[in-house]
Amino acid sequence: MTAAFNLNEKNYFNKMATKKEKTPPKLTLEKTPTGIVGLDELTGGGIPQGRPTLVCGEPGCGKTLLSLEFIVRGATEFNEPGVFIAFEEKSEELAINAASLGFDLGKLQNDGLLKIDHIYIERSEIEETGEYDLEGLFIRLDHAINVIGAKRVVLDTIENLFSGLSNQAILRSELRRLFQWLKDKNVTAIITGEKGDGLLTRQGLEEYVSDCVILLEHRVVNKISTRFLRIVKYRGSVHGTNEYPFLIDSEGISVLPVTSLLLAHEVSTDRISSGIPVLDDMLGGKGFYRGSSILVSGTAGTGKTSIAAYFADSTCKRKERCVYFAFEESPQQIIRNMKSIGVDLDTHIKKGLLQFHASRPTLFGLEMHLVSIYKTIKKFKPQTVILDPITNLITVGSVSEVKSMLIRLIDFLQAEQITVMFTALTLNTIVSEQTDEGVSSLVDAWLLVRDIETNGERNRGMYIMKSRGMKHSNQVREFVIRDSGLDLVDVFLGPEGVLTGSAREAEQLKLQAGHVLRDFAVGRKDKEIQRKRTVLEAKITSLKEEFESVADELNKSYQEEDLRNSVMEKNRAALTNIRNNKEAATGKNRKAN
Amino acid sequence: MEEQTWELRLYVAGKTAKSVTALANLKKYCEEHLKGKYVIEIIDLLLQPQLAEGDQILAIPTLVRKVPEPIRKIIGDLSNEEKVLVGLNIRPVNK
Repeated sequence: MTAAFNLNEKNYFNKMATKKEKTPPKLTLEKTPTGIVGLDELTGGGIPQGRPTLVCGEPGCGKTLLSLEFIVRGATEFNEPGVFIAFEEKSEELAINAASLGFDLGKLQNDGLLKIDHIYIERSEIEETGEYDLEGLFIRLDHAINVIGAKRVVLDTIENLFSGLSNQAILRSELRRLFQWLKDKNVTAIITGEKGDGLLTRQGLEEYVSDCVILLEHRVVNKISTRFLRIVKYRGSVHGTNEYPFLIDSEGISVLPVTSLLLAHEVSTDRISSGIPVLDDMLGGKGFYRGSSILVSGTAGTGKTSIAAYFADSTCKRKERCVYFAFEESPQQIIRNMKSIGVDLDTHIKKGLLQFHASRPTLFGLEMHLVSIYKTIKKFKPQTVILDPITNLITVGSVSEVKSMLIRLIDFLQAEQITVMFTALTLNTIVSEQTDEGVSSLVDAWLLVRDIETNGERNRGMYIMKSRGMKHSNQVREFVIRDSGLDLVDVFLGPEGVLTGSAREAEQLKLQAGHVLRDFAVGRKDKEIQRKRTVLEAKITSLKEEFESVADELNKSYQEEDLRNSVMEKNRAALTNIRNNKEAATGKNRKAN
Repeated sequence: MEEQTWELRLYVAGKTAKSVTALANLKKYCEEHLKGKYVIEIIDLLLQPQLAEGDQILAIPTLVRKVPEPIRKIIGDLSNEEKVLVGLNIRPVNK
């Protein structure tokens, strides 16, 4: 049988390979995509083609919806018509149920893509006598498949036959024949079954359907219900083996997460600003890496939300999109509060760059939160995501559950190159900070905002605890929230240690006063010297004057002497002249002398 | 009720041993208990598969009593006479 099957499959593949180049020509199990978000990734492409798959679970866990979605997606997305054999619900009831997921069964039926056949057995009208078989069921199924050329079949829930018919031996052998017949028809089938005691299904259907078994569960923990999906068995294929939570909402079933089973996502060296210039400086001058995860933790009232709002603001100012998931405050509250520090988020919302999603954590379970976050992100395609605060999620799950949820969220976001900022509340009274420590190993950058309590006042100090792959400051900065916005101030490192707040300001004032006094003292000394210089200079001038007057005096006497000498010389010459003349002429001149 | 004609419909799928046995048994009981006031319609689902839906046929062979109301169904080869008569609500007159 196996050999024959392999041979068939080979032929099939060869045919496929020639028809569609897309299909890789290798000898693996051919799969039929279900079209259900996440399930195809989980199963590596879908459920086994041309074979029956068993979907089992308790009542109300979503078996019928899963199988219905399988048929509807097949018809609408993969152009594979499907037959839905309902043993429980009438087709009208099914149509109403499906309408709540946005599926229009009536239209699909008219288009010949879907056939619903309601099979019921009214025990009260039936009497069994002698031998019989279920050929009627086969004929109906065959007819339905042939009419629309169905590739997909759902039998929901075939175990109802057991309540209608009493001859178990016949039923069992007929079911075995049915599953073989489905394989021979080469239709991909989903058979649903109710979970039984200690068995996957009440009637042990799993022994007939051995290729693929999917178990759905519905668990209520802490009054919050979560649905889980697990692939119990998938013969001949690799598959995710864990329990995966899934969500049923207005768009059908989403199984999560399946984005990253490996740590192999792209990384970016692109840097984005935190919105606070000084913080960017502390982070090597450029801010965070794009696609990284940032944790801002701190005690109550330390401004975590403000930091987050700044980050959102700067994202929107770069004309990028941002989604803000608020678990504590309503959007209006955040917008109002942020206006008080000069951040106008309202305009970003109006421009469509910013979206708020506010919900109480207790609204639904963690996994549902994850799914709704996932779906919002898929739809809005933001560059930045903010979760404020993650600590509140603890109310709906344990620390390890929150951590596992965040791991998956971070994986998903990193694969999408989305930067995420978490805020986390730490409690002063608890020595080890719970959530942030639990999460801190996951994140790329961790900012801690702390109260520094001295001199009867509380001030905020900010540290960068870690920042992977970049130089970052080891300094504590004082984190100041003013009307004009956030700022980081260097703390004062004085002889008495680190000072913040008014102590820092007092110290700075003291320093300033010192400067003024010194300046004043220096000024006075300068003046004195100036004065002394003036006095000195005056003295020098007077001495000079004195010297000059003495020199003058000396000069004067010299001159006088010279003058006298010259006059005397003249006189003598004149006298000589006169005497000479007297001697020559008269003696009158001698008398005059 | 005495005057009413019984409309019986037997669903089969080809001429299988069970179908043949069922038809033979049915004819026998009708001749015995409903002589002259019954009609048997045989529907072969291999030829008319679309008819299976209307009467909610799963098992083969299935005997359906259309008239008198209410509808009754008996599945199997009708080998147990007592059960068939009870199922069809035919009370043997002389018993």
